[in-house]
Amino acid sequence: MIKQVELQHFEINQLLEAIYFRYGYDFRDYARASLERKILNRVSLSKLANVSEMNSKILHEPSFFNLFLKDMSVTVTEMFRDPYVFKKLKSTVFQQLHTYSRINIWHVGCATGEEAYSMAILLHENDLLKRTRIYATDYNNHSLDIAQKGQYQKEKIEPCNQHYLQAGGKYQLSDYYHSKSHSISFNDSLKEHITFANHNLMKDQVFAQMHLILCRNVLIYFNPTLQSKVLKLFNESMVHRGFLVLGDKESLEFTDEKRSFENIASKERIYQQKGNL
Amino acid sequence: MQAKNEFINKKVTYKALVIGVSAGGLNALTAVIPNLPSNFPIPVVIVQHRKHESDDYLIPYLNERSYLKVVSASIGRPLESGFVYVAPSGYHLFIERDATFSLSIDDQVNYSIPSIDVLFDSAAICYQESLIGLILTGANNDGSLGLKSINFYHGLSLVQQPDTAEYSAMPKAAIAVSRIDHILPLHDISNFLTTLVLSK
Repeated sequence: MIKQVELQHFEINQLLEAIYFRYGYDFRDYARASLERKILNRVSLSKLANVSEMNSKILHEPSFFNLFLKDMSVTVTEMFRDPYVFKKLKSTVFQQLHTYSRINIWHVGCATGEEAYSMAILLHENDLLKRTRIYATDYNNHSLDIAQKGQYQKEKIEPCNQHYLQAGGKYQLSDYYHSKSHSISFNDSLKEHITFANHNLMKDQVFAQMHLILCRNVLIYFNPTLQSKVLKLFNESMVHRGFLVLGDKESLEFTDEKRSFENIASKERIYQQKGNL
Repeated sequence: MQAKNEFINKKVTYKALVIGVSAGGLNALTAVIPNLPSNFPIPVVIVQHRKHESDDYLIPYLNERSYLKVVSASIGRPLESGFVYVAPSGYHLFIERDATFSLSIDDQVNYSIPSIDVLFDSAAICYQESLIGLILTGANNDGSLGLKSINFYHGLSLVQQPDTAEYSAMPKAAIAVSRIDHILPLHDISNFLTTLVLSK
């Protein structure tokens, strides 16, 4: 008799094929366990009997697929998450950035945009924002809409002042936004330097030459095959000796691209493309 | 003949132990992990609820006191015996079907990240009947559904006897949700486990 877990694995493979065939989103090389959990949650929330029933809804109801896409995209983010990373960027990478007349920075998987605004603030305080264009991309349009507005719940932003100071912030986080009763909006002077755009790592290509790429806690969702593909894309998307920042549990250690980068800050996961390649 | 063989070889070989623990965890873990022998033949994986901090004292604290090597669970790493893996704070920890680790930053589950349910559910799918799940002290109900998954796949479910727990809510919640194979006083747990996995 076939075991339940094997049947479910088969059904999920079919579902991912259906999504790829119907909508062009390729989740086949995602890390499977967290993906499986999200799929089973959706089955349960939508009161479906099993994954195969979900499969049929995905194929025939685009609105149901949009719901699933929302489940899939990670929206958990905060201002200056892991402030020590920003502090290290300031003391290492920023010095290099000062040598360029124009700077491109790419936040990959920006979700609702808090990290892009954090970076803009830090660049501003170090006299770099004027010459910088920040590209912040995600495949979730719903998150991008929030990011573009730059408007957040007050109780989510105010506690981040401490992180801002730990990151080496010189003033107060509240200097960069105006408050309404329950929400805050970041100043236009920050927004002017950020372009939020839809980009799908599963299929889209290089779009500019970047001096710094931040891709924190995105690779954790991918299997080794997709991780290598994406890292190769990053390597091709940078200027010579460009910088790459990963999440605090991610590393290049077991990937092919390890050869192309040197680790310049191990705890902070900051890498620089090697010269003479 | 297949069925007959399965019947004869019904003794299960366990391949992994997963532990969920919350409030009161430092004392409980200190009563269990340092007492596991260096030849403990299966990997141990722990979710201990705690805040996301860059400096984590739990891992070095346990490592200094234990025969087994206590390390942070990292992405892509295969589970090996001789090691105790602790879920990093601020991430959910999963075991993939090929018995390697993966992490995610998704919404909290039972107000927790890492969540015990998340680890246990994925471990149950990977190891099925070869998995041991253990719930220790805690002040919430995380892990009870995860232990139920372990039961569903015919793994072995263990819970700390609530009156030996600093916080009894979590053991009690687990007992309320599913049939538990063994309910054990804190100071018997390491012996029980050692005998279970070392006896031939």
